[in-house]
Amino acid sequence: MKHTMSLRIGIDIGSTTVKVVVLDEDNQLLFRSYERHFSKVREKTCEILGRIHDQLTGQQVHMVITGSAGLGVSKASGVDFVQEVYATAAAVDTFVPGTDAVIELGGEDAKIIFFGGALEERMNGSCAGGTGAFIDQMATLMNVSAGELDALSLKHEKIYPIASRCGVFAKSDIQPILNQGGRKEDVAASIFQAVVDQTIAGLTQGRELRGKIVFLGGPLHFLMGLRERFVETLHLDSAHAIFPEDGDCFAAIGAALCSTDYAEALFDDQLRLLEESKGAVSSVDTAPVLFESQEEYDAFCARHNAQHPPEYDLSTYEGDAYLGIDAGSTTTKLALIAPDGGLLYTYYHSNQGNPVNIVREQLEELYERMGDRVTIRGSAVTGYGEALIKNAFRCDLGLVETVAHYNAAAHFNPDVDFIIDIGGQDMKCFKIRHQAVDSIMLNEACSSGCGSFIETFARALGYEIADFAKLGLFTKKPVNLGSRCTVFMNSSVKQAQKDGASVEDISAGLSISIVKNAIYKVLRMSSADELGQHIVVQGGTFHNDAVLRAFEQELGREVIRPTIAGIMGAFGAALAAKKLKLERSSLLSAEELAGFTHSARPVTCNGCTNHCSLTVNTFDGGRRFISGNRCSKPLGGTKVEYPDLMKYKYQKLRAMEGVGEGTGARGRIGIPFGLNMYENLPFWYAFFTKLNFEVVLSPQSSRKLYLKGQRTIPSDTVCYPAKLLHGHVLSLLEQGVDAIFYPCMSYNFDEGTSDNNYNCPVVAYYPDLIATNIPQLAQVRYLHPYFGLHRPRDFEKRAVKYFKDEFNVPKKETVAAVRAAYAAYEAYRDDLRTKAEEYITFARKEGMPIMVMAGRPYHMDPEINHGINELVTSFRFVLITEDSVAWHMDKESRTVLNQWTYHSRMYNAARYVCTQKDMEMIQLVSFGCGVDAITTDEVREILEAGDKLYTQLKIDDISNLGAVTIRVRSLLAAIEARQAAPGGNG
Amino acid sequence: MAELVYNESGRLLFTKEMKEEYTILMPQMLPIHFELFRQLLQLEGYKVDQLNNESRNVVDEGLKYVHNDTCYPALLVIGQFMDAIKNSGYDPHKIALFITQTGGGCRASNYIFLLRKALKKAGMDYIPVISVSFGMESNPGFSLTIPLVQKLVYGMMYGDLIMNVANQVRPYEKSRGDTDLLIKDWISDLVDRFQHGKGLNRRSMRKIFDEIIQDFAAVPVRQEEKVRVGVVGEIYVKFSSLGNNHLEEFLLAEGAEPVVPGLTDFMIFKIYNRIVDVNIYGGSLVKKEACDFFMHYIEACQHDMIAALKKSRFRAPGDFAQLRQLVQGYLGEGCKMGEGWLLTAEMLELIHSGTNNIVCAQPFGCLPNHIVGKGMIRALKDNYPDSNIVAIDYDPSATKINQENRIKLMLANGKSLLKKKQAAEAAVGV
Repeated sequence: MKHTMSLRIGIDIGSTTVKVVVLDEDNQLLFRSYERHFSKVREKTCEILGRIHDQLTGQQVHMVITGSAGLGVSKASGVDFVQEVYATAAAVDTFVPGTDAVIELGGEDAKIIFFGGALEERMNGSCAGGTGAFIDQMATLMNVSAGELDALSLKHEKIYPIASRCGVFAKSDIQPILNQGGRKEDVAASIFQAVVDQTIAGLTQGRELRGKIVFLGGPLHFLMGLRERFVETLHLDSAHAIFPEDGDCFAAIGAALCSTDYAEALFDDQLRLLEESKGAVSSVDTAPVLFESQEEYDAFCARHNAQHPPEYDLSTYEGDAYLGIDAGSTTTKLALIAPDGGLLYTYYHSNQGNPVNIVREQLEELYERMGDRVTIRGSAVTGYGEALIKNAFRCDLGLVETVAHYNAAAHFNPDVDFIIDIGGQDMKCFKIRHQAVDSIMLNEACSSGCGSFIETFARALGYEIADFAKLGLFTKKPVNLGSRCTVFMNSSVKQAQKDGASVEDISAGLSISIVKNAIYKVLRMSSADELGQHIVVQGGTFHNDAVLRAFEQELGREVIRPTIAGIMGAFGAALAAKKLKLERSSLLSAEELAGFTHSARPVTCNGCTNHCSLTVNTFDGGRRFISGNRCSKPLGGTKVEYPDLMKYKYQKLRAMEGVGEGTGARGRIGIPFGLNMYENLPFWYAFFTKLNFEVVLSPQSSRKLYLKGQRTIPSDTVCYPAKLLHGHVLSLLEQGVDAIFYPCMSYNFDEGTSDNNYNCPVVAYYPDLIATNIPQLAQVRYLHPYFGLHRPRDFEKRAVKYFKDEFNVPKKETVAAVRAAYAAYEAYRDDLRTKAEEYITFARKEGMPIMVMAGRPYHMDPEINHGINELVTSFRFVLITEDSVAWHMDKESRTVLNQWTYHSRMYNAARYVCTQKDMEMIQLVSFGCGVDAITTDEVREILEAGDKLYTQLKIDDISNLGAVTIRVRSLLAAIEARQAAPGGNG
Repeated sequence: MAELVYNESGRLLFTKEMKEEYTILMPQMLPIHFELFRQLLQLEGYKVDQLNNESRNVVDEGLKYVHNDTCYPALLVIGQFMDAIKNSGYDPHKIALFITQTGGGCRASNYIFLLRKALKKAGMDYIPVISVSFGMESNPGFSLTIPLVQKLVYGMMYGDLIMNVANQVRPYEKSRGDTDLLIKDWISDLVDRFQHGKGLNRRSMRKIFDEIIQDFAAVPVRQEEKVRVGVVGEIYVKFSSLGNNHLEEFLLAEGAEPVVPGLTDFMIFKIYNRIVDVNIYGGSLVKKEACDFFMHYIEACQHDMIAALKKSRFRAPGDFAQLRQLVQGYLGEGCKMGEGWLLTAEMLELIHSGTNNIVCAQPFGCLPNHIVGKGMIRALKDNYPDSNIVAIDYDPSATKINQENRIKLMLANGKSLLKKKQAAEAAVGV
């Protein structure tokens, strides 16, 4: 290579790949390379540069590094650095002039760059997972390569809604679809759609994506299905969707273009700088070592391996047996036991997204091995795929996981008082009180998937999970990776790698992190004594000795890990099957199994407005099983409805539109049906109709409505109820109103039960945010004054002035309207209380338990609660809401500042529930609700002090009710057990 | 040994006896200001220690005792206390803790309760927690008397001025460390004067302002133009280097000049909110008058500071009235929780005074900042196309590298804007 101008070298070091390009003076690519670095960042870079050493030796070059992992390399080596978005913009300006926006997806970064006017860049913040790493994770989950995932997606028929915020959410959406027999092709396309939604929602933040759009980065370069989803979603034609040939290397090309801003140097010198920086290790935060010596490890293993049930040889065994199946989210487990609990057969394997096939194969295997010597006298199934497997193979019993795990743990230690199970996707912990499951804690959505996370990570680093886990046992410097959601952990690992931590250090660090997550994030405890005396740990993840060791270290005490930790659910199910005391199991016989067929078909239920995505499973002989339903309607039965105050309230509020008793002559006032309007609508409806306005409500919330406003949402981490409001306001604009009324309210009604009567900041000031983020509001009068309803006389004065100024309403009329509004609000409140009394009386007459759903008023929105109320009543609960019972209690001082009206209702409702033996409470929490970080602990304390169970449901834009079902069923099982137990409060 | 005394609702009080025997621990947020506050409190007879522990254990203790979803500042402040109590050799029976309490609708009002919960969890609920607030919780051994408040206001003014001029000198100093040495000198100088009862009235403050400015102006500096980067955000994360991963140091190392609006506006803002509340919702006019008086007093001090800066080569910030003016059309004055409209106003003030590059620092999931930070950036970009704002989230596991990368992007943008501006100026010059 001989050139007049110095060659320009751009090096883009991303989270997973290194890209190197060499440009000549005509911007021609002389060399390009795109390779995975497997965290060996500096080594890989030097290796690639080494390949062009012969051509470049002795030449002056401009060399610049860019990329998310490039910063560290640049710092350590002294080679110049240019920020990658900036570099990308330079390349786009040069090669695709006239571009309006760039969408670039990398291994862990997602970016949008807006051109035209001032350059504007958006990168994913700390809460984002819709990137290459996310796609890899999803591919792993489905047991295909990213390429295969791509091929699958191109053959999709339908798209499932999958939460698009972070990988963990998406996983919990995908898993049930797979487990219930959804098509892989559809899931694959849905994953890509989630990435598209994530990118658009998270990064546009109020700016429209239009014009000529350039797509860059590895995933968009290689994955045609992903391209298709983007093009379709953004309605682009081929002239406006540009996929450049070297789109995977654009940042590196841009770095090369920018390199002339920096001094030139001899290629050999630059390469040496990089090579010499290889060994540089910056300080890494370390955690205590796991094992000091092999002896220590051996003793540890010996202690744990002592906990094992007897084993019998199935090929010679004669007699009765009981079968337990745990159809977990990622793995399927089987246990066949003898009457004394001895093991005849066990199985533990990844179900690769299709548990039905696995169970079928296993049953065939069992029948063959058992011959005529063994009689299966009972079969039970538990886990995510419980209902499907139970129906497919005609098992005798389905039971909720928590109960199965308790059965198993009690077999090893009847005194067990605490169980923690960390599986592939879920973390379940619960206490045992009065021989019943109590205080169930499932992992909140943001920290789930711990077991599979290590697995994904192991694979990303090129290891099998078993080997990877062992690596960390004896390292002297485990990395301290902190405790938080796995998506964030990814970045911590990235950082540690950059700081020079070895794979061994990281392996140990990950094990320690998962434990910290469990203890501090899920269990939220500060000392081991809070857990219990007799702790049993289970779940496949505890087979990892490093995790188990870290757990004991963190707790400062020894725990029991049975050798069958991975199949405890199946073992517990088998024990439950035994308790049935059947003559013979109804399980499909060997002959029936031979003729077994299974097919699954997705359909949308149109039975009601929920439009559930159903999966219709058809088995041989026309047997059918439908999943995904929230009620019994699609199953052919008539919908039995139990009293549901949430629904009652919702319907009552929805009816508050039109002219009412007025004439509507003053015009049409639009009111967005969201946030505090769920509380204040009765007030404003009466107020405006009294003033002869027609009240126009925005439509019922839906996914579609959310998507309508999605790109105007400025903060991607705000709660879903707030996000929905954008769609409501835009809908009102379409409905043709004269004005939109949405007041800012720092304060709520003062109910005299709290220290102050605030709204949360988001509820209080969202009207101001809407004003500056929805440009279309310029078309209409948008009224968002600051009002306080907590001081009626002051409000009256202010309203008189305001409505005089805005609508020239005479004082007399406003005064009358204000009074009518307060009266209407009071009537509404009283009606709720009366209705609640009616429902309670009904429940007591029928002997049904009563569930108090405690949340914010807007949690009654079916799009927000995803029909949780229907699910609860389907378990034969009568449902009432927190505000309908809170008034029974007076003000009482709390250990937190009790200053929000809505939350103060929850405290009082919880206190009331404690006084009623047939009432239970579920607390609904919006993901991202900062206030609830405080209220959840408080509500828990109140309920536990009153000897009640605490159940919390975190809700988001995901509509997967699987996790909710587990909680509700566990709660039911615990209530039953309590009622049965001597000394229980039932 | 001081006896533990509880009030009727069961809250442990800080007694007069404790004032004699106990050391009060104060979390770190603003080193210059807090050191002056500490000294002023010592002069009142309190034994006060400033915490400066910053190790990883601070975060770990926080994670242990505070709900992880609670905002990061609560986690850090409580973590800093717990770490210090356990590891700094204090007799836990001889200490009390200071924590501020604002009483707004934001979660931050709960810090004091979360701190007490943490102490209880750790079995150390015999440690009294003192609320630093106006009339929220009282203690026999501690009260914010009017003279004390007045002194603290002076402390704040000196702190703001020193921080302001130091930030304008430090990036350009010829000999590294000059500025920080001068800060140290001035703190001990001020303490000395306070001890002699000097510097605590407006007239002498004006004189001292001039002296401070003169001294900082005399630090030898290089003549060059650096990218200026404004720092706004949730108050703790904005100011505290523990909270923002040493943001100012990072900006300096990247060749930028950090511009950090002071504490004074926040204090005026909090007082002004009470006035606005009465205006919007009604309430006691007497209280309003009192707030009015207090607010005007601090505003007058602020004007003294601005006037002193205007006489010098240093840039002067806008006053509170200007901030109020600027934010009109963006947020209502009733938007008061957390940093409220002030945060947006500070961004506007920075843009108007030529600092287009801004880091908006917030704890992950900060509720008010959804509205006043991230929520307003769109409108700012529309109205000021050259504004270059990056919102950075801070939490226990947000990694520094991601934060720095995002800031670097903003800096690259800022540098190219600066280049454009210089080129345009050069063209006009020709």
